Amino acid sequence: MKSNRATQEPRWVRYGLLAVGLGFLFFFLGLPLVAVFVEALAQGVPLYVEALKEPETRSAIGLTIGIALAVLPFNIVFGVAAAWAIAKFEFRGKSVLITLIDLPFAVSPVVAGLVFILLFGAQGTFGPWLSEHEIKIIFAVPGMILATLFITFPFIARELIPLMQAQGKDEEEAAVSLGASGWQMFRRVTLPNIKWGLLYGVILANARAMGEFGAVSVVSGHIRGETNTLPLHVEILYNEYNAVGAFAAASILALLALVTLVAKTVVEWRMKKETEMLNTVLAPEKT
Amino acid sequence: MAAKTHRVLPGFGLALGYTLVYLSLLILLPLGGMVLKASELGFAQIIDIALGERSLAAFRVTFGASFLAAAVNAFFGLIVAWILVRYPFPGKRFVDALVDLPFALPTAVAGITLATLYAGNGWLGRFIEPLGIKVAYTPLGIVVALTFITLPFVVRTLQPVIEDIETEVEEAAASLGASRWQTFVKVIFPAIFPALLTGFALAFARAVGEYGSVIFIAGNLPLISEIVPLLIISKLEQYDVLGATALAVVMLALSFILLLAVNLLQWWSANRHKNSEPLEVAAARASGGAA
Repeated sequence: MKSNRATQEPRWVRYGLLAVGLGFLFFFLGLPLVAVFVEALAQGVPLYVEALKEPETRSAIGLTIGIALAVLPFNIVFGVAAAWAIAKFEFRGKSVLITLIDLPFAVSPVVAGLVFILLFGAQGTFGPWLSEHEIKIIFAVPGMILATLFITFPFIARELIPLMQAQGKDEEEAAVSLGASGWQMFRRVTLPNIKWGLLYGVILANARAMGEFGAVSVVSGHIRGETNTLPLHVEILYNEYNAVGAFAAASILALLALVTLVAKTVVEWRMKKETEMLNTVLAPEKT
Repeated sequence: MAAKTHRVLPGFGLALGYTLVYLSLLILLPLGGMVLKASELGFAQIIDIALGERSLAAFRVTFGASFLAAAVNAFFGLIVAWILVRYPFPGKRFVDALVDLPFALPTAVAGITLATLYAGNGWLGRFIEPLGIKVAYTPLGIVVALTFITLPFVVRTLQPVIEDIETEVEEAAASLGASRWQTFVKVIFPAIFPALLTGFALAFARAVGEYGSVIFIAGNLPLISEIVPLLIISKLEQYDVLGATALAVVMLALSFILLLAVNLLQWWSANRHKNSEPLEVAAARASGGAA
């Protein structure tokens, strides 16, 4: 007990801090999360189910999933390529490149949407050419995919760069010197090493892709049943004072958030376990 | 050239080439195009638009509310990070996972939920409004929404740093007669301060650009509760593309400065961390003189 006194706060301070911290989280996180589901079910389960069966809500769910599926492969390829170049090789301007990869984090989603309007909109740089060839990007799905690509650009690279830097390049070099081809090395050595980190990045990127509002809102044009993702549909229903409909759609997104948190926690736990295993295996060799 | 001959691993050219092309096409060229578009106006006119009455008010609201939200999170985030690292309590892993909710929950959902909670007949509004505090549809609502959105930043930057504080240092301070409060002020707080500042800056940078959650709770009155991203959109909707672009470029420049500040802070905090890590070295320096 005595040794604890030196590095611990008095009991009343501990309880006070616990109360303040947990109280803050309760009012700012817990209550909103509960409120989404309570509001969605406010008029009973049948009306909730009814709201979800609306064709416009269902098409919004479909479009949201579709955009995420279109965006993620690009992000995965980019994330792996960028992390490979940055983590395994030395070259000039590397820190500038890392900063530029972070750039979309610092750009307002609204600005991210605007840049594509300036390029592909009716008065944009390529606007006349596009309308001549009857290609629609703005106020159509391609523009929404572009805006989502922009917003989710850093997520996977951001996870993989520090991970691959920490892993070093010994294992890959050993594989290559034993005669493995580039593809064999990647598939048998690199991919197994980074799979949890990659999955972690995909989970985060997916949550952001499905939930993005500002950037997609600017380029979507809000055409019901065509360019309405689920977050945009939530806005429309809410502005029509259709609270049950809005919160029913919102509850789907809140469920997605909960699944994301669970998946994230599980992957974090796996990654921790794997590094611990690696440390115990390597520990005797190092001493 | 020497470095090139040492490269054993394949794929450098392909990986870097792809990275640069993709980065240029998706991020750099579109942003550059916007700056080019804004240059049609000229520097003086951009500043003129940004300093117009409505824009200036929007900038004041956006940056003021973001600063307040980041400050609220710096204070409570420090407490939350501290209890998550140091104190045992039931349901801790659940609470720890829940901290990331604002990253996972779409901003529009956060917006309508907070607006409903704080509205006059909402769960919280009905207790707060009789006290004369109106949150929903006022600038205070913007602060609340931004506090929610940026809540994880301070907690998540502080947690690993608090974990890394060696209790020996605290024990040493205590054995030298420092009270717990003195130990916190003189030993712990200086060690975590760079991370706290980084978390604050990250939260601030994110809050400045936020749109989705704010518009539902802000009331969106020009000059009073209108944020810059919303003003950009309303200019776009009135076909004032140049005006929107001018504001966007100013926002971009400001967020670029913020990004640089965050990078500098992270570098500073990593270096300080490195310097303070080997305690023996510090002790040796203290006792061994300037040699």
